[in-house]
Amino acid sequence: MATASTTTGFIRLLRALLIPFLALLAALLAGAAVMLLSGDDPLAAYSGLFQGAFGDGKSWARTIRKTVPFVLTGLSVALAFKVGLFNIGASGQFVIGSVFAVAVGINFDGLPAFIHLPLALLAGIAGGLLWGAIPGVLKVYTGAHEVIVTIMLNYVASLLGGWTVYAGGTQGQTPGPLWDRTAGAISETPDVLSSAQLPWLFGPPYRVHYGIFLALAAAVLIWWLIFKTPLGFEMRTVGHNMRAAHYAGIRVNYTIVLAMALAGGLAGLAGAIETLGLNHKFAPEFGGAVGFDGITVALLGQTHPIGVLLAAFMFGALDGGAAAMQFESGVPADIIQIIQALVLAFVAAPLIIRMIFRLRRQTHGDAGSAVSTSWSGP
Amino acid sequence: MTRYQPAAAQQPAGAPPKLEVLNITKLFPGVVANKNIDLALNKGEILALLGENGAGKSTLMNIIYGLYQPTEGQVQVDGRPVELHSPRDAIDLGIGMVHQHFQLVPVMSVVDNIMLGSESVDRGLLDRESVSAQIRELAERYNMPVDPNAVIEDLPVGVQQRVEILKALYRQADILILDEPTSVLTPQEIEGLFEVMELLRNQGKSIIFITHKLKEVLRVADRIAVLRRGEMVGEADPAAVSQQDLASLMVGRKVTLEVEKEPANAGEVLLQLRDIEAFTDLGEHALRGVSLDVRAGEIVGVAGVQGNGQTELVEVITGLRQAAAGSVLISGQDMTNASPRRITEEGAICHVPEDRHMYGMVDAYSVADNLVLSSYYKRPFSSGLTMNEQAIAQHAEELVARFDVRTPSVRNSGASLSGGNQQKMVVAREFGRPIRLLVAAQPTRGIDVGSIEFIHSQIVAKRDEGVAVLLVSYELDEIMALSDRIAVMFHGRISAVLPRRDATREQVGLLMAGAGVANEPASQ
Repeated sequence: MATASTTTGFIRLLRALLIPFLALLAALLAGAAVMLLSGDDPLAAYSGLFQGAFGDGKSWARTIRKTVPFVLTGLSVALAFKVGLFNIGASGQFVIGSVFAVAVGINFDGLPAFIHLPLALLAGIAGGLLWGAIPGVLKVYTGAHEVIVTIMLNYVASLLGGWTVYAGGTQGQTPGPLWDRTAGAISETPDVLSSAQLPWLFGPPYRVHYGIFLALAAAVLIWWLIFKTPLGFEMRTVGHNMRAAHYAGIRVNYTIVLAMALAGGLAGLAGAIETLGLNHKFAPEFGGAVGFDGITVALLGQTHPIGVLLAAFMFGALDGGAAAMQFESGVPADIIQIIQALVLAFVAAPLIIRMIFRLRRQTHGDAGSAVSTSWSGP
Repeated sequence: MTRYQPAAAQQPAGAPPKLEVLNITKLFPGVVANKNIDLALNKGEILALLGENGAGKSTLMNIIYGLYQPTEGQVQVDGRPVELHSPRDAIDLGIGMVHQHFQLVPVMSVVDNIMLGSESVDRGLLDRESVSAQIRELAERYNMPVDPNAVIEDLPVGVQQRVEILKALYRQADILILDEPTSVLTPQEIEGLFEVMELLRNQGKSIIFITHKLKEVLRVADRIAVLRRGEMVGEADPAAVSQQDLASLMVGRKVTLEVEKEPANAGEVLLQLRDIEAFTDLGEHALRGVSLDVRAGEIVGVAGVQGNGQTELVEVITGLRQAAAGSVLISGQDMTNASPRRITEEGAICHVPEDRHMYGMVDAYSVADNLVLSSYYKRPFSSGLTMNEQAIAQHAEELVARFDVRTPSVRNSGASLSGGNQQKMVVAREFGRPIRLLVAAQPTRGIDVGSIEFIHSQIVAKRDEGVAVLLVSYELDEIMALSDRIAVMFHGRISAVLPRRDATREQVGLLMAGAGVANEPASQ
């Protein structure tokens, strides 16, 4: 019985991965077509891309380094999605998380690392939680749609982050509270104290920090939360059928706010890890593009934590190999962004993928019964 | 199986039937919806198509109306094979269909709705004048009075249905398919519809009347065809069969139609409603001072036409809707506007919701998860931190067996079950725990005779255990069969409460239509 259920689970996993895999394939083919149109050699480009992502130790290190934030922002979007919410705000939550983590990281000199580092990480999570909770609260109390509010809050976060490190102006404007006084006209924070830095798993030239373990742990934790706990049951019920959730006695409003806050916390953790592990400071340009990519990663991963891990790894490899591809083949690295955008388009439009690859609609289980309810409906 | 030719049929001798389906088979993935069906409809007859939900009635009609293509077989009109690729083809062949859920635009007028899709144009402008005249003429000929300029949403449901029939007649339909047309009507409106159907038949129209209500079939049909599990299992002469025979033919085994129960042994008041006021989501005044008591060990049936406040009443009791005024006492405790969770727990109440898809279940969840929807957080299903999948599965196996929910396994999704089994799943969950008060809204909506029999017996069993039962149903038969007392709702008020033994169908039907209600504008 246990074997039977794992087999069906495995087959279900393969089925779930089919569309994302084909979407990625279609995006790579379309990318190749673009290269052919502009007179480039797609084979050389993709070979360079592969070399750049997995060619040697340093490539692997780069891929892993790039994967980490994608995992967390992807989880952020996926978690909200399970509750029926569209978190477009991972970008802003990422920025706020970075700022909070740095604020703790550059202060409290003399704290031992085993207190300072967790404190800075928690500060990042708290910043994201707070920023994520705002759209949740506004949705519950005013009906404001979380998509609109999170988009607006991205701008607010970006400007707020910029202000905290503002270098001051030539006319004597007040500099931001986190600005590094020794940086002259450059708007950035001082370096995070070494007691708050995430240690290297593999030091330079590899530069892989322990953040990868935090990301993996977060994926497992979120999987456990969603699928194994009563709280996750409540979240999924709200996501599937809000009325049924209300009927079942679930506090729908509380669940919505909590889910948005947790989603924000994940994106905030991504920001904290990037600043404490890699950049060691915050500057306005360390921003939230990775937050937007979280949407693609979540959808490519079918909003399942394990799927998100795989999708984040794909994106890490694409980003990691892009520079090498340009160097090896002369194809501009921007093509990678086109491919990533096409992945989103194809994942969001599974019908196109079904058409291209001539897949039939699923004929088993639920899809079949959807048809049967339509002919036997009340 | 005998072919019966009713006296009323105006079929010329030797002429082909008006409509004939030959050897129709329709396969859906994993399901045979129709299997080798032969059916003929003569000119000037009312053919009742009887069958449980999921028997394949709607599929067959959708094939005739061009919405589905048959996997095998042929449709003939006047003896000629026809190709039906869309409803447009069917309309052109004189086939009209009145769907269970009306296909009308509520904000548009009768005339606009009737000409929608086949607009009559005069010099580039809509020619409402001449269409209105045609509607008036049709309305008079078939005795279906309606004002062409009235706006649909202002009209009672029975009149909206007339508009649907007129729309089909305006498009010159000779064959009318009426899909469960009586489910939305009061008893008086149903009788009116039957008179219209007879008039149409006498003027040469052919009617297919789809239903699962046996009494209506015997009242109006010239001939009865019964479908079961996608196959035609028999034809019958309404003059020669009983409801019991038809029910057994539909279900495939002997069924009891009467609910057997002892007189109620009513105890203390468990549910006490006082002067409840409430509004719909759109701000309409839905409950206007409702007071009602339900005692332990009795079934109080709330009768009424849909939309007279029953939905809101159930929602207020169960905590899903705020009461604007008044009080709800459950077992003596004030539960006015308490949370659904508190009402469920402290009130020991269970709720079979009116719309199972909207409230009662999560389609994407497994049967097992659906069965713990209102108890997932309790031991043994949850330790507080994690869910216990084994306990949930075991609980599901027990309930599925006890309540005869037919599913390949408890891991299958709720959506994959048939309507009757989904309802049994909801009932299993709600009845399967200790309760003092049962609120059942439309507990047998859209399910088959066999399941109805089962659910009714379960409700009576709960009553006999001393549970107070509030039953809301739009089916007068269900109210009459189960209730110990009957409360009639009209325009947000309880207009009368009658002991069952003093109530007659006619009396309740009149009360449902607003008779005997003072200070109330007449129903539109």
